[in-house]
Amino acid sequence: MHDLDAALGLALTLVVTADADLLEIVGLSMTVSMTALALSCAIAMPFGALLGTCRFPGRGAVVVALNAMMGLPPVVVGLLVYLLLSNAGPLGFLHLLYTPGAMIIAQTVLITPIVAALTRQAIEDLHTEYAEQFRSLAVPGHVAIAALLWDGRWSLLTVALAGFGRAISEVGAVIIVGGNINHLTRVMTTAIALETSKGDLAMALALGLVLMTLALVVNALVFAVRHQTERHAHA
Amino acid sequence: MPDSAGSSQLPARVAAQSKDRSREPPALCASGLVVEVEGQRLLDRVDLTLRSGATTIIMGPNGAGKSLLLRVLHGLIQPTAGTVHWRTAGDGRPQRQAMVFQKPVLLRRSVAANIDFVLGLHGNRNRARRQVLLQTVGLADRAQQPARLLSGGEQQRLALARALAMEPSVLFLDEPTASLDPASVLWIEDIVRSTRGRGTTMLFVTHDVGQARRLGDEVVFLHRGQVCEQTPSADFFAAPTSSEARRFLAGLIVL
Repeated sequence: MHDLDAALGLALTLVVTADADLLEIVGLSMTVSMTALALSCAIAMPFGALLGTCRFPGRGAVVVALNAMMGLPPVVVGLLVYLLLSNAGPLGFLHLLYTPGAMIIAQTVLITPIVAALTRQAIEDLHTEYAEQFRSLAVPGHVAIAALLWDGRWSLLTVALAGFGRAISEVGAVIIVGGNINHLTRVMTTAIALETSKGDLAMALALGLVLMTLALVVNALVFAVRHQTERHAHA
Repeated sequence: MPDSAGSSQLPARVAAQSKDRSREPPALCASGLVVEVEGQRLLDRVDLTLRSGATTIIMGPNGAGKSLLLRVLHGLIQPTAGTVHWRTAGDGRPQRQAMVFQKPVLLRRSVAANIDFVLGLHGNRNRARRQVLLQTVGLADRAQQPARLLSGGEQQRLALARALAMEPSVLFLDEPTASLDPASVLWIEDIVRSTRGRGTTMLFVTHDVGQARRLGDEVVFLHRGQVCEQTPSADFFAAPTSSEARRFLAGLIVL
């Protein structure tokens, strides 16, 4: 118990004094996960919207597969991306293994199914409401999808948040393809794993605190934005 | 506000109009329309010819197939059998159509953006045009408000403005004033009347006999998916030819 108190005190000191190592790790975590989120939104939201609005044979199977892929284990994604990026792999020539680039790819692969599946659900609900009106107005397909994405923007913000939460908190994929190299690929989750096993509980706890605070702040922000806009525009 | 003095002048205007247009080819020829869903006949061999520029009221009890007929004619639903033939515009292209639904589906955007969306579809996003449309329906000072926060009557007026933004030659209205307060109903009837003045062909589904009298040039009475009669408005309300319509009108008067 005394250990925990001491570690907690040290952790708070690290946070309050804005320890350089701590900031570096937090900064890299944010960069990697935000980039992965941006990439996966760019891919998954149009795809999800397309899947939510189009009817074609085998669509049910695609939806089921996509929903199943929401539960992809991070270590499996890490392993697959590792195989792709290793020197013997098809993308080995890029020399991305053990760089932040590899971590971005791994997290993008991990959260794209989540963002796509949740987008599909949100857009399909909206489409059900808009479809007849859009057909009456003879809205072309791509305009309709853009309009659905825009009108569903507040639901999609929550979708993006779910993706971000998954990316920032996972450890299995980034530790395999990033390697947890100090000052290069060390992010919050891999650092927590390492520091804990080394017995440096203060650093691990400090990072854990930052991670949880971050989750709280991001959620609060989204809640505030949603609340504000729902009152003014959404109704 | 439209009043009874205004409507008493209507028959003369209608007569003049029908004379002008009697030589024109019909706006619509539909023949043998059948819609079957799971073996049930919802529309049964409907033949319909509509005069260009006329307002046709579609009446009938619930479940008669009024909304369904509108959707088939608008092209939203493919009939099981039969053909719908609309007169083409001068350049040979199909005439523009628009529809106002019973429950307006507005975009989750501002009032102005709802109009802009439709204007943008035809590549003429234009502030002045948008303002004129909003003025027509009395929403000019609400342009920046979220459309979904308007009252029911205002939402329906916006839906009507959006339909008019299409500059339709044919306008479908599916019980647009159901469950609206009297002031909103009069607003909408006013707009519909001035739209007819511009020569737009209209199909108007309503349960309201008074409204049908005020707005219609002719009445199509539907019962169990079949057209019982298609009669000029004045004759229909004086002496409907079908027994179904007679019973329907008598029932409403008793109510």
